[in-house]
Amino acid sequence: MSSSSLRRWSFPSLVLPSWPWRITWLYLTFILFLPLAGLLLRAANVGPAQFWVLATSPIAMATYKISFGLALLASLINGLFGLVIAWALVRTSFPGQRLLDALIDLPFALPTAVAGLALAAVYSTNGWLGQPLFEWFGLKVAFNWPGVLVAMVFISLPFVVRTVEPVLRSLEKEQEEASWCLGASSFQTFFKVVLPQLTPAILAGIAQGYSRAVGEFGSVVMISSNVPFRDLITPTLIIQKLEEYDFAGATVVGCVMLIFALLSLMVINFIQVWGRRYTDDTTRIPTL
Amino acid sequence: MTTFAPVSLDQAPALEAPRAPLHRRIGPQLLSVLIPVVACLYVGVIILLPALNVVIQAFAKGWGPFVESVSNEDLLSALRLTAFVTSIAVPANVIFGLAAATAIARKEFRGKALLLSIIDLPFSISPVVVGLMLVLLFSPTHGLLESLVNSTGFKVLFSVPGMVLATIIVSMPFMAREVIPLLEEEGWEQEEAAKTLGASDWQVFHKVTLPSVRWAVLYGLILTTARSLGEFGAVAVVSGNIVGQTQTLPLFVEDAYKQYKTELAYGAALLLAGMAIVSLLLKFFVERLLEQDKRAARPDG
Repeated sequence: MSSSSLRRWSFPSLVLPSWPWRITWLYLTFILFLPLAGLLLRAANVGPAQFWVLATSPIAMATYKISFGLALLASLINGLFGLVIAWALVRTSFPGQRLLDALIDLPFALPTAVAGLALAAVYSTNGWLGQPLFEWFGLKVAFNWPGVLVAMVFISLPFVVRTVEPVLRSLEKEQEEASWCLGASSFQTFFKVVLPQLTPAILAGIAQGYSRAVGEFGSVVMISSNVPFRDLITPTLIIQKLEEYDFAGATVVGCVMLIFALLSLMVINFIQVWGRRYTDDTTRIPTL
Repeated sequence: MTTFAPVSLDQAPALEAPRAPLHRRIGPQLLSVLIPVVACLYVGVIILLPALNVVIQAFAKGWGPFVESVSNEDLLSALRLTAFVTSIAVPANVIFGLAAATAIARKEFRGKALLLSIIDLPFSISPVVVGLMLVLLFSPTHGLLESLVNSTGFKVLFSVPGMVLATIIVSMPFMAREVIPLLEEEGWEQEEAAKTLGASDWQVFHKVTLPSVRWAVLYGLILTTARSLGEFGAVAVVSGNIVGQTQTLPLFVEDAYKQYKTELAYGAALLLAGMAIVSLLLKFFVERLLEQDKRAARPDG
């Protein structure tokens, strides 16, 4: 090894990082790492056996079922309708298209408490939509688990639309024309030519929507009756435990949600890397 | 070897334009009507009707009662607190976002993807868990920093500093997320030219980098502000929700709704919805400017 490379390697940290680096790390340390460390340290104090007992207590399991299950259902519903909406925005033209486009962003912009208030009013048994649903089908939406589903659908609606839209816009029409020319039906063209190229974007949107719906609190807490085993979601359980000064229980359940958040981040990153095989670098899947 | 049977001319199909099978002619036309109808119905039921409901309920008894409920003392103090929290959280995140973007965007290093994911983390953590983390740190009875909190007497939990901190965490990624991709796409050349011409680091940032990403910064600013104004979950956990003291506008909406003060709830909700719509409009205009900048940034124009 030459002496110059030795010298380069011997004191790598003597050069002070630039100001932007210092600000970034200082900020991340105090704003993100310190609180994260607090949660993890508290969780470590609980001990593995006790952790498992608290994390899998019947009430916690019931809330996981509501939170993770309904969020999955909501994001899948939005996967389907998100594709339809993106198609309507890109491939068709109709009066009111601009309004539709603008409305899609509303769940991002509207404070969740307002969304919860609005949904609870519309879907309650004397609301605009809740009343007919209750009278015709006997379905109680607000203050019941379907209400939680509606809130989750509302909150995760924009994700699939906004991930699919740019990819759909960048698709080359020639491929579909070639497919028609070769005798494929529009059905076959859609499922064998168009859909495979949209799949990474759809999955990324579903994953982001799912992650958002699982963590959602503001809108769900207002439309749900927050009764355990019926429509209590995990974030609300954390708050209830804190209100009862059950810090260990809150920490453990919070840790479960944190692990889920980390996992979902990894999955979303993986989908994005995987999706690049269809898109060049300038049209990568957007992160919202 | 296949042999082709000779076809006499009168047996051959007439040479007219081939007609697509029926399902292919009707299908796409039907779909081109059906798809927008389904899309509009879905968005109408999930988004438009609830949004309209807020407006109509807020004005259910006319303009007078609306003004009366909006000028309620508790509502106004909630509005002031929301504005105060936002006015601290947004500048803090702007500084962080710009610093992180200039530090990260144009360097390739091991763990870059990981660092970007870490910055994204507040997007995927539930706001309630963010609040929980702050409680576990600053609680005067159970917090990790309890001795520090008790000895200095600086109250973080159930008071404004905790709410500011919670708001900062949940709205942290927006700015960095908007600026980093744009900086990545642009080259280093302009900054290098400025440096060779003798500009200091600060001058390079202030006169070259910042102007080149100005619309992305504005876009990030709008998103950060919108999120800070509307944050509910994280603030709800740390605030204690004391009326007139630690109640932001979104908390006020929930509290008023729970106490059956429906008019107050809808008045405050309409105020927040109005802010959301303003932010959407601003976002729409900045998006166009951003597209122009992005097009200019690409080498092929």
